[in-house]
Amino acid sequence: MENKKEMVVSAIENGTVIDHLPTESVYQVIRILGLERYTDEVLIGNHLNSGKLGRKGIIKIKNKHFNKEEISKIALVAPYASIIDIEDYKVASKFNAEIPDHVENFVRCANPKCITNAEVVPTRFDVVDKENLKLRCHYCEKFTTKETLKFSE
Amino acid sequence: MSTLKGRNLISITDFSKQEYIEVLDIAEGFEQNPKQKILSDKVVATLFFEPSTRTRLSFESAANQLGARIIGFSDPGGTSVQKGESLHDTIVMVASYSDLIVMRNPKEGSARYASEVSSVPLINAGDGANQHPTQCMLDLYSIRKTQGTLENLNIAMVGDLKYGRTVHSLVQAMCNFNATFHLVSPVELKLPSSVKMSIKNAGLKYYQYTDLRDVIPTADIIYMTRVQRERFPDPMEYERVKDSCILTASMLEGCKPNMRILHPLPRVNEITTDVDSTPYAYYFQQAQNGVYVRQALMAAILGVK
Repeated sequence: MENKKEMVVSAIENGTVIDHLPTESVYQVIRILGLERYTDEVLIGNHLNSGKLGRKGIIKIKNKHFNKEEISKIALVAPYASIIDIEDYKVASKFNAEIPDHVENFVRCANPKCITNAEVVPTRFDVVDKENLKLRCHYCEKFTTKETLKFSE
Repeated sequence: MSTLKGRNLISITDFSKQEYIEVLDIAEGFEQNPKQKILSDKVVATLFFEPSTRTRLSFESAANQLGARIIGFSDPGGTSVQKGESLHDTIVMVASYSDLIVMRNPKEGSARYASEVSSVPLINAGDGANQHPTQCMLDLYSIRKTQGTLENLNIAMVGDLKYGRTVHSLVQAMCNFNATFHLVSPVELKLPSSVKMSIKNAGLKYYQYTDLRDVIPTADIIYMTRVQRERFPDPMEYERVKDSCILTASMLEGCKPNMRILHPLPRVNEITTDVDSTPYAYYFQQAQNGVYVRQALMAAILGVK
């Protein structure tokens, strides 16, 4: 059965739907996944009615399936997002983006004095608080939080 | 066989309680007999990317007394670092010339990173405001030596508890020994909540004060640190609180006879010089203990003790 809410943004034949995005996270997710440079169809809906969130965002990306690192990125900015793989207009799999225990490479350490901001050193963090999003840098031992979260270019 | 052979020492939490005790026991042996030529076939590299007097001289004295050869620099000026060489490349090169690296670098986390690219063990001699674990080891040595034990002590930490890295490390280390913490600081410079959490997680107690006088009768150790003017955005605030964390000889009346005063040094005015001649002053011996502790660490990590 077609979901009426999803009809607002057209269905895709093959690809991924990122659903249940907080409205303020939609453009951030687009940016961190590099979707501005994606050359196939990307359908974006925001401030749609949602039973779960009140208002939500949704992104549908044609012919694209995300890897583990990309899903971790989504989870860090939208921890309750649903990732839906679509094949032949049907849901092939559906799961929630989960914040991982460790984050490597793609988050920048918020401490300007950290060695990872001074030299070409891949970043490494332990996620010490998933609820309030608190990452502890493996190198300088300082915390990066939701408020100071930035992704590597 | 010791678990310390081949290990790095980057953060005080890298070592277990048993390992702290092992290092302190070895250091005691060096205090009895500091000149043992047991590292005469070893090369120790001391890389100081920023100036340091006490720590560098203490490491070099320790290595010299054990007969090791020392290579390195006390200032990156005139080295390939000044030409823009990366820390990675400097460490890979120096590791190929030495058996052990001792490094101080102002970048936080630089020691952990250097240890990951080095083929020889690395001791962190301070990475910016992050960690300075050998200072903490010599603090533990001084506490055990003056009290006869590390267990069940009342430890007063005084001064800048917010930014003082030696304070944070010592609190974490003493959490292994059932300590009770008495925290004296201006409200602006209280111990960060993450460090207080370590105390709570260890099932231990802490009490907070703003007046140093309140802790003198109960403390076994008073660990003094400097309150720096530049930590206060408002100079008036500094003027208001600056005397609350100054220790003078007249305040020591009524303290426990076993009480000793420690300070990581350099001291400015937070311990007045009339304290120096009291039996409670221990900060200069504390600095001397740094040599024995660093001898113990180098010998244990190089596998000769």
